[in-house]
Amino acid sequence: MFSYCADPDTLGTFRWFSCYLTNGVHWSFYLSFIKVLALLAVTAPVALSFGFAGAMAARSHFPPLSWLGKAYIAIVRGVPDIAFFLFFVIALDQGFEWIRHKVLCRDWTDPIRQGNDFLVCQAAKLPLGTAPEWVHETYGFFLAVITFSIVFGAFAANVLFGGMRAVPHAQLETAEAYGMNRRQTFWKILVPQMWVYALPGLSNLWMVLIKATPLLFLLGVEDIVYWARELGGTKTSKFTQYPHGDWRMWYFLFLLIFYLGMTRISELGLERLMRRLSHGQATSGGELLRKETTA
Amino acid sequence: MKNLILSTAALALTAGIAMADTVRMGTEGAYPPYNFINDAGEIDGFEREVGDELCKRANLECEWVKNDWDSIIPNLVSGNYDTIIAGMSITDERDEVIDFTQDYYPPTASAYVATSDAADVKGGVVAAQTATIQAGHVAESGATLVEFATPEETIAAVRNGEADAVLADRDYLVPLVEESGGELVFIGDPVPLGGGVGMGLRESDGELRGKFDEGITSMKADGSLNEMLIKWFGEGTATYGSDGSVVTN
Repeated sequence: MFSYCADPDTLGTFRWFSCYLTNGVHWSFYLSFIKVLALLAVTAPVALSFGFAGAMAARSHFPPLSWLGKAYIAIVRGVPDIAFFLFFVIALDQGFEWIRHKVLCRDWTDPIRQGNDFLVCQAAKLPLGTAPEWVHETYGFFLAVITFSIVFGAFAANVLFGGMRAVPHAQLETAEAYGMNRRQTFWKILVPQMWVYALPGLSNLWMVLIKATPLLFLLGVEDIVYWARELGGTKTSKFTQYPHGDWRMWYFLFLLIFYLGMTRISELGLERLMRRLSHGQATSGGELLRKETTA
Repeated sequence: MKNLILSTAALALTAGIAMADTVRMGTEGAYPPYNFINDAGEIDGFEREVGDELCKRANLECEWVKNDWDSIIPNLVSGNYDTIIAGMSITDERDEVIDFTQDYYPPTASAYVATSDAADVKGGVVAAQTATIQAGHVAESGATLVEFATPEETIAAVRNGEADAVLADRDYLVPLVEESGGELVFIGDPVPLGGGVGMGLRESDGELRGKFDEGITSMKADGSLNEMLIKWFGEGTATYGSDGSVVTN
């Protein structure tokens, strides 16, 4: 990056580090932070909407829909995350390719499963074999978002389901007494009030989600933990201009600070959100706010 | 005449498609000198050079992909990439699941490394990378095996005393021992393991395997493979004679 970096052996400590920390691999490392943040930014709302749909289905009055919602919550919550991540991504990918194969290559006669191999025609490959590497990486990222959303959506569904039931029944009865139908009661009375009950549970999920991002590497996305391990490992002078010993401890220390910083920022944000949601609610938090403003 | 032009055009077109055939090469990127990530963040090493040369000879366009060692075979058979070129020794167990080309690196010598000459490699605790021939060898040797996901961690285990010794490919260990300033030493004689390093392909991919096999044969015959072997592994490494036989130096 800097002109004096051509021969790092001759540099002093400060300049050596300024070169070391700006070389190509380190940019990949910094980029992976953006990847993780992007994953969080995309996954959180998608998982929340999965959760909302799941909770709505679970409390539906139409039995098959209710069973579906409850089965989704029970199955995903019951299976270990790591098993889900290993199974789901391969299954999802093969599922997509199988569907495309059936649609795009109708005259294909060979079986798709040949021993251990999973074979679809070239046109059904996802992404296409000829696609550039960034398309493959984006596709992997997209699979990661879906998988994370399904897993965290199930937990969110359970939290929201509980939040919906925690809204005092008198509120709903009053709504009915005012002549609101079921739909109106749900959207105008229940949903605005349930968030305050669901938020503590949802904030836990958010924290777990932040810490679950290293699972990304299982899905083939190179995340911050992968790069910290790779960059911190011993490097001998034969293969790099910047040889060093086992520095993984320092890299992981940096990750620790990053994760703690994320946690702190999230706590502050969630606290503000809670305050906002409690406003005007018939809960102890809402009561406290009312007293503050009237006093 | 018109027909002739049409058919040449069609021929040119199909040739164009054949030229643009992309082969995805899967590797680990954590096993110098075979494969590693260089300062610029690209895959580099002996296998990168061999792979690029093979693709050039077979007229294929190749793209390099990184994958965790643990899941490198499952991702090959499910079609996420087309070859494994990751210092993988040819063994019977692996051959049941995937197919190998002929070896482009002669049967490897593995070696034990420890912090002192006194380490007990037959009855002590020995570290090795998960799912490698070395791990298999340690398990059979009577020593207690501790497995790690990456080669880096096996060395760290020896340094911090968790394991008495590590068993790994000798070529991977040489630069580490040289630069450890006497902290790490080789113990005992090298252990010959495996049937050489080859490229792994899906069993149904016979055509591609044929192309790479042909490329390796021609690289052995014209000596270009030997040049790469010496460049990456030093003068003392085993090379190939022009008929493909192994020459130990």
